[in-house]
Amino acid sequence: MDYFLSEEQLMIKDLARQIAVEKVVPVREELDEKEEFPWEIMKALAQSDLFGLFIPEQYGGLGKGAFELALAVEELSKACVGVATTYAANALGTYPLLLFGTDEQKKKYLPDIAAGKKLVAFGLTEANAGSDAGGIQTTARADGDHYVLNGTKQWITNGGEAEIYTVIAITDKTRGARGASAFVVEKGTPGFSFGKKERKMGIRASATRELVFEDCKIPKANIIAREGMGFIVAMKTLDNSRAGVGAQGVGVAQGAIDEALKFARQRVQFGHPIISFQAIQHMLADMATETEAARALVYAAARYIDSGAKDVTRASAMAKLFATDVAMRVTTNAVQVMGGSGYMKEYPVEKMMRDAKILQIYEGTNQIQRNVIAQALIKESAAASKGK
Amino acid sequence: MRIVVCIKQVPDTSEVKINPETGALVREGVPSIINPFDMHAIEAALSIKEQLGSSAACSVCVLTMGPPQAESALREAVSFGVDEAVLVSGREFAGGDTLATSRALSAAISKIGADIIICGKQAIDGDTAQVGPEVAEFLDIPHISYVKKISGISGAVIRAERMMDDGHDVVEAELPCLITVVRELNTPRLPSLKGKMAAKKIEIKKLGLADLGISEEEAGFKGSPTQVKKIFTPSARTGRRMAEGSIEEQVDAIIKELMERKCL
Repeated sequence: MDYFLSEEQLMIKDLARQIAVEKVVPVREELDEKEEFPWEIMKALAQSDLFGLFIPEQYGGLGKGAFELALAVEELSKACVGVATTYAANALGTYPLLLFGTDEQKKKYLPDIAAGKKLVAFGLTEANAGSDAGGIQTTARADGDHYVLNGTKQWITNGGEAEIYTVIAITDKTRGARGASAFVVEKGTPGFSFGKKERKMGIRASATRELVFEDCKIPKANIIAREGMGFIVAMKTLDNSRAGVGAQGVGVAQGAIDEALKFARQRVQFGHPIISFQAIQHMLADMATETEAARALVYAAARYIDSGAKDVTRASAMAKLFATDVAMRVTTNAVQVMGGSGYMKEYPVEKMMRDAKILQIYEGTNQIQRNVIAQALIKESAAASKGK
Repeated sequence: MRIVVCIKQVPDTSEVKINPETGALVREGVPSIINPFDMHAIEAALSIKEQLGSSAACSVCVLTMGPPQAESALREAVSFGVDEAVLVSGREFAGGDTLATSRALSAAISKIGADIIICGKQAIDGDTAQVGPEVAEFLDIPHISYVKKISGISGAVIRAERMMDDGHDVVEAELPCLITVVRELNTPRLPSLKGKMAAKKIEIKKLGLADLGISEEEAGFKGSPTQVKKIFTPSARTGRRMAEGSIEEQVDAIIKELMERKCL
């Protein structure tokens, strides 16, 4: 399918593919096995300017948007979702600054992020606050020129490896969701440390850790937007980043199809390559069709975000939901097409299947995405009937 | 500081076939690439530039001689971060041997100006490894070939390790100087997006015979004392045998054979 990409967009896609093929594919199995953070690949991405894709030119980036980011994420995800998660989580952590930061904050942080000199992580989830972000217990108490942070963030992607953290904490317990605020915290700040590194089913090259705040003092200037804006910052951030999770789904699904196709053309049973059997053909046809539909939806949502549309919540939730459910189905079926070989670590599809699972869970489970979409439908329908 | 990198566009030998009748390379439909050793030369230039920092006002210029389509190799070099590109081109340069090629390249370098000239150790199609040193001779400057490490550049001196069969020499030379580099020196980088965008837009400077002040007799086929008489694929040697059995038995068999042939 031709999505009429511009010359620059094709360039971005080609470059991301080249990095995926030359730098990621040869090491993905080892990174997965050893749970090793992909610093070498991050360096290559930095040198290639890909960290600056979605950052405005005035802050050292290339001034592109969610769509170009999705193209890069898709290509990396074809090779390894663990690597793509590390890259995409960097964007997730950057969005609060990009969308709500002051010019001063942007000048201070964005150039280093664009150059890939500093990685970023986003800290929202806690032990008692997952799907219910209202359960956040980390607090930020105003104290003279400072805020004092206390609490523990859980399962934070790029935790420990990143230099810059955008964190949501409660500034006013009495105000519920309106009592949360967003902050930027730098690694090395006294009172800020890291808990254990998690061992995971998939995306094992990515780092997932606790962020521990014990009387961590940060300057007042480190608040992002105003006190009480924390939830809005978090929600708008996720609205922008979810299309990227969809792109991860499209990428890993395509990667799995490519492997399954290659295998099915070579594997001979009953005297014929198995691809000559309709049972296999129909599976591959469905996999390819669903993946193409997911790609079209993700691209449409990303372009909608870049159009400057005011409310992109539903579009990005749909893209995330559909593309990642497709990714799980397609990677599972790629293993099925390849049979025993698919189940073995000798082939990359078992890893793709393990990696795909997280996409249905992180940045809002797919059940939460359905809630978000349904709420938007109800709101729209109510508004329409009021108008009558 | 000005660095000139000499590159050559060559057929991708991993894809190349040989015409069994003429013995010549079949170039039709074979993709062209930057000579792999020259990729290391480009990387060396870019890392020198990075190490010197902006204070040294260092620029990297890439130079090639070839047909108009060699422009694509120059543009690719720009995508890695090279600042300027120069193409020496013209019918008169066709069919040149290493002498004629070096003469033309050195004339171009004199025009461009250079403190350091970097070449790959050899091209994978010709394999002579002569052009780099010959360019240095034409320019009457020192050269260090087979460089596997650049230890430092301070003031007007470059210090480098030259790869030898039994280790390496540490060589110092005054600038301007030419070096030829081996694969062990570095790992070539991937292109960058800003580089790719620059590569599309960059204006490639073109130099012809008149610009270089070379006569027609000194260029290309006419200026080449070496001429290729025949290219052929050597026939495979036959009569090979494998010794069998345990290691001891194999060694015994070989010793016996060598003695029979009066080699021992």
